[in-house]
Amino acid sequence: MRYTFAFLDEQSKRSVRRALLKAVAIPGYQVPFVSRELPISYGWGTGGIQVTCALLGPNDIVKVIDQGADDSVNALNIKRFFARTADVFTTTLTREATIIQTRHRIPEECLTASQILVLQVPYPEPLRLVEPRETETNRMHAEGDYGRMYVALYEDIVRHGEITLPWQYPTLVNGRYLMSPSPIPRFDNPKLHMAECLFLFGAGREKRVYAIPPHTAVESLAFDDYPFRAESFHGRRCERCGSTDTYLDEVIADVSGRRSHQCSDTAFCLQRQANPAHPRGWGHDLTSVPRKEET
Amino acid sequence: MTPVLSVRDLTVTYPSGVVGCVDVSFDIFPGEILGVVGESGSGKTSVLNAIALTLPPTRGSARFASPRLGTQALFALNAQQQRWLRQREIALVHQNPHRALNFDLSAGANVAEALLAADWRHYGRIRARVAELFERVELDLTRMDDLPGRFSGGMQQRVQLARALANSPALLLLDEPTGGLDVSIQARLLDLIRELSRGLGTAMLLVSHDLEVVRLLARRTVVMQQGRVVEAGVTDQILEDPQEPYTQLLVHSMLT
Repeated sequence: MRYTFAFLDEQSKRSVRRALLKAVAIPGYQVPFVSRELPISYGWGTGGIQVTCALLGPNDIVKVIDQGADDSVNALNIKRFFARTADVFTTTLTREATIIQTRHRIPEECLTASQILVLQVPYPEPLRLVEPRETETNRMHAEGDYGRMYVALYEDIVRHGEITLPWQYPTLVNGRYLMSPSPIPRFDNPKLHMAECLFLFGAGREKRVYAIPPHTAVESLAFDDYPFRAESFHGRRCERCGSTDTYLDEVIADVSGRRSHQCSDTAFCLQRQANPAHPRGWGHDLTSVPRKEET
Repeated sequence: MTPVLSVRDLTVTYPSGVVGCVDVSFDIFPGEILGVVGESGSGKTSVLNAIALTLPPTRGSARFASPRLGTQALFALNAQQQRWLRQREIALVHQNPHRALNFDLSAGANVAEALLAADWRHYGRIRARVAELFERVELDLTRMDDLPGRFSGGMQQRVQLARALANSPALLLLDEPTGGLDVSIQARLLDLIRELSRGLGTAMLLVSHDLEVVRLLARRTVVMQQGRVVEAGVTDQILEDPQEPYTQLLVHSMLT
């Protein structure tokens, strides 16, 4: 059976691209888009797939990761879908890919100006945590009324002595729009700041796309005396490659139930196994992000 | 002396055609508490909500002397400017704390919310300011991180008051602040409001159906009936020598 190039019909892809252009023009702003039916159900990466379909050209090289891994079932199937419907090359090497579609992680290796990272987003609205009404969140975005988001962080510090949000850690993009970075661990938040690459976010079920263009300031919300901190792995290292500066997954290592830690980014782990000095290459300190001075 | 708030010909008509208030005019001066009395449905709350910028008026004007923005025509401002004023300079205390407080957040967070909305971003300073406000409204500091649902009605009103005072507003609007409270707790809350008025010099608009409350707090009073102001003047004079038949009825039905 033959499909249109990259599955979606040309008009649909064009409408997605129009929405993406608007998203890039207004960093962090959620733009509604058509969100077509796909052969998999909403909630399984359909937002990301539609964004990637709209971008694909015959010369693109695609990489798909899920929780950092190239070899998970969902990632493999999505990658095979692009290979079959658009006849593009696929890869597991981060450096080689022109478009990387991802869920839950930003690769450990620095992305370049010629690469696009497409993130699958289940919940695009960062304010949903504090406000259930769509009309009200629209108003809050329009007026930049984000005080209540800080109340959630305040309560977190009252209860736990620090900000404990592990993922979907809210960010302020370009000093204007509050944005959910999707369910990436907050470990990855600093990579969004002043990056070389383009980040595109697609939420299929919620029918929203948004974007962070290259060289855009992305500030993770925090207090002046409780600055943003990435998770600490308390000096643990990856069992396979020995890295201490990557995001680690805790895994059950063998039948005895022994627990160990491994890099969640499998492609990067392989690079490190070959060369322990392989650099991550992100330009700035990834444990914190410079914040604006209080005015 | 220039008034903090100067209301002229304020008229509110609801979409259903029901008239809220008609041609209401008054001034509030710095440090003053102005009482607005009348029975249910007399238009008191329409006036209050219009000034609190939660209900757009049909006609009329309100000039507000903003400490930070200068004199502003309240109803001509855009939504963002109105919110800015509502979060910093014009505060409202509801009769029902459930309408103002978030009962899923701690009492302290409810007060902190007002500070965070006004761009406070230093946790330590926010905590210190919340503690200061708790002391000012005579709330137990050790209960700062408890949920307001565990507080008594009088304490909930104090939390609301602390929240309203958080950004040192120029104008405080009180909507039946003691409604539904025990008489003894009412008295203590009224004392507190009077002390705050003296200590902070905040201008207040006090809406109440209870003449006794108005007599205790307000030096000047406006009497409303069926959406219109029927009598206005010095509170003691109105209570001792009411001119209008309606005011006479109100005064005579007071419990003594």
